[in-house]
Amino acid sequence: MTWYIRLWKFVTLAHGAGGKETEELVRNLIVQKVPPELWKVGEDGAGLDALDDSALIPLGGGRYLAVTVDSYTVKPIFFPGGDLGKLAASGTINDLLMAGARPVAALDAIVVEEGFPVEDLNKIVESYVGTLAENRVALIGGDFKTMPKGQLDGIVIASMGIGFTEHPIVDRNIRPGDKIIVSGYLGDHGAAILAAQQAVGVDLGVESDVKPLTDLMLPLLDRYASYIHGAGDPTRGGLAMLVNDWAEKTGTVIVIDEARVPVRPQVKEYAEMLGVDPLSLASEGAAVLAVAPEKAEEIVEFMRSLGYEQASIIGEVYEAKDPRHRGRVLLRSVTGGVRILEPPSGEIVPRIC
Amino acid sequence: MAEQPAGMGGVPGYRPEASVLRDIESMLRSRSLVERIVEKIKRLAPLAARRVGQTPIKIMDFCGTHEYTVTHYGIRSLMPPEVEIVAGPGCPVCITPAYYVDVMIKLSLEGVRVYTYGDAYKLPGSGRRGRDIRSLEEARAAGGDVVVVYSVLDAIKMAREDDKPGVFFAVGFETTAPATASPVVAGIVPKNLAILNVHRLTPPIMRYTFETHRDNPIRGVIAPGHVSTIVGAKAWRFVVEEYGIPTVVAGFEPVDVLLAILEILRQLAEGKPRLVNEYSRAVTWEGNVKAQRMIEECCEVVDAAWRGIGFVPRSGLAFRDKYREVDALHQYGIKELTPEEWRYDLPPGCRCAEVTLGIAKPTDCPLFMKTCTPGTPYGPCMVSSEGACAVWARFGGGGLAEEIARSLGIM
Repeated sequence: MTWYIRLWKFVTLAHGAGGKETEELVRNLIVQKVPPELWKVGEDGAGLDALDDSALIPLGGGRYLAVTVDSYTVKPIFFPGGDLGKLAASGTINDLLMAGARPVAALDAIVVEEGFPVEDLNKIVESYVGTLAENRVALIGGDFKTMPKGQLDGIVIASMGIGFTEHPIVDRNIRPGDKIIVSGYLGDHGAAILAAQQAVGVDLGVESDVKPLTDLMLPLLDRYASYIHGAGDPTRGGLAMLVNDWAEKTGTVIVIDEARVPVRPQVKEYAEMLGVDPLSLASEGAAVLAVAPEKAEEIVEFMRSLGYEQASIIGEVYEAKDPRHRGRVLLRSVTGGVRILEPPSGEIVPRIC
Repeated sequence: MAEQPAGMGGVPGYRPEASVLRDIESMLRSRSLVERIVEKIKRLAPLAARRVGQTPIKIMDFCGTHEYTVTHYGIRSLMPPEVEIVAGPGCPVCITPAYYVDVMIKLSLEGVRVYTYGDAYKLPGSGRRGRDIRSLEEARAAGGDVVVVYSVLDAIKMAREDDKPGVFFAVGFETTAPATASPVVAGIVPKNLAILNVHRLTPPIMRYTFETHRDNPIRGVIAPGHVSTIVGAKAWRFVVEEYGIPTVVAGFEPVDVLLAILEILRQLAEGKPRLVNEYSRAVTWEGNVKAQRMIEECCEVVDAAWRGIGFVPRSGLAFRDKYREVDALHQYGIKELTPEEWRYDLPPGCRCAEVTLGIAKPTDCPLFMKTCTPGTPYGPCMVSSEGACAVWARFGGGGLAEEIARSLGIM
């Protein structure tokens, strides 16, 4: 347990970037302190043992309660394509959907810095509540606090979601042979936020893709729930983090074909300019699925018919032929050469020099 | 991806539409074109190997951005067994001596504003991890005055506005040197801004690198494209004339690099080393003469220290006396490093110097991805995005990808 003393004296931004360091910190500093019998509720529940988008509590009769919580902070608070409120509501809804659950209710805890404009707060809450309402999700409770000026940078929203499911999607069910599908362009949110933060006068012409995926996932779950073995939204850390997480949890090898991953040309160019891998950039309105191979084409067609025109099969899950290969993600680059797709590590900062 | 060459003295050129540029770019990355070149490489490699009489044939990509292209696009996985691509000393941040980082940290903590490029901001000096203030990033966390800028012009602008005493940390190869030289020669550097000139030159370190590869010499050089836009292709004539090594100035797209490798193998197979400019869309024989003159005007070439390596003859730039008023060494009475005082400046166990010279691979270092990761960099080659260790860490270099692909039967 000297892990943190050896490498880190202080918490860094990298620990909160959603990459390798976040995972290490969560596992070593939090999960290990919880007695394993309290990692989940119920024999076939899912909790800290799964570290999935949502936790699952069995309700009996094959039904499950799905619960998720996340805290949301973004700079700028109002960004092209959305704001903090929409981000929090969408994130909460999507985390439930990715567990195969129908979102039902949410609770929020808002912490605001003294001196924060009420008008801005009003806009954010309007957007949060509005997004929930549009998706028929109730807001059933919450909390509001103010911190003295300077002790918090603006505003942070913690949002919890509750849903129900009879076909929970737990990523550890991903198996060799499964096809990896994405619902659309990746990295739009990350690129839009970076462009807004950098302020080097780049007009990217790309907005954040932040949105709830209810219109995609509910029909998909209705029709194909038993064929969807894994689902995730590639938020912080992007596709690279998500598929690495899957490969590691299941001890498989995942192969991604870069040429088939939909990324907008301007996002690709911008990321390249900054020295950031577009596959590590966050999306806030995209889903990644691992599905049974026999239904993969059909599922993609169905997703396209729902208006997700860029939906594509981008890869496949393989059985590791050597123990050392377990948990690795292989990327066939656009040129046909292969490399390891590493999970993003370190603070995702653009290079400057 | 790379240091942008200073845009100086350029004739306003033809600028195609974005969609045309995109088409050109996708062509230079196209799988079918790559396959055709790779097929030729595979045919030529045995012929070249027979003529050379030793395998693997070591081809050095000098530039950090070339190493990025090679690793990011999985180009090593496409090579026949006869060919080995080796990374060279092309990361200007990695080779900046710890001494200058320490100097800048000290200044920042003494109330002098330090302006730095982003890569050098995280570069560790000689401090120990977890105990000392190791980098300008940590100096800022400890209350030091450090500002990250994109160019010396940003520093000039800020220094004019705030009137604070400041020092710009001028690191880099011939690509960034003209950007430093130009405002100095133009006389627009304000009195409250000094420059610590740590610029280094690439041809001397290439020469030095050849000397360290004795047992299996370097058989081909992919010469740096961006540096060559400034120094011109002519700067690499000595590689062919004195060392007989085939040399190709190359661009940074996968097809550029593959064409360079193909050309090197062709020359080896024929036994006729030449200097070829594959990157003629950006590089001329003479280079950017105006930029060269600018550097020549304000700087002299001096013996200079390289991190973990020591002094390399005539490999650095220093301000001439007539420009000493902008020289931070002069303004702040900083002692210049001497060969007698230079001490090995890599942290214990770090193999960055060997990685820089292409003698060791990042995966040969016992610290690589153990205690030295992009999140917790220990040595300088893990800090800059052009450092070979950082490139391998981010894009999984080291041969595992090829191994897995073969085991799955997809290659």
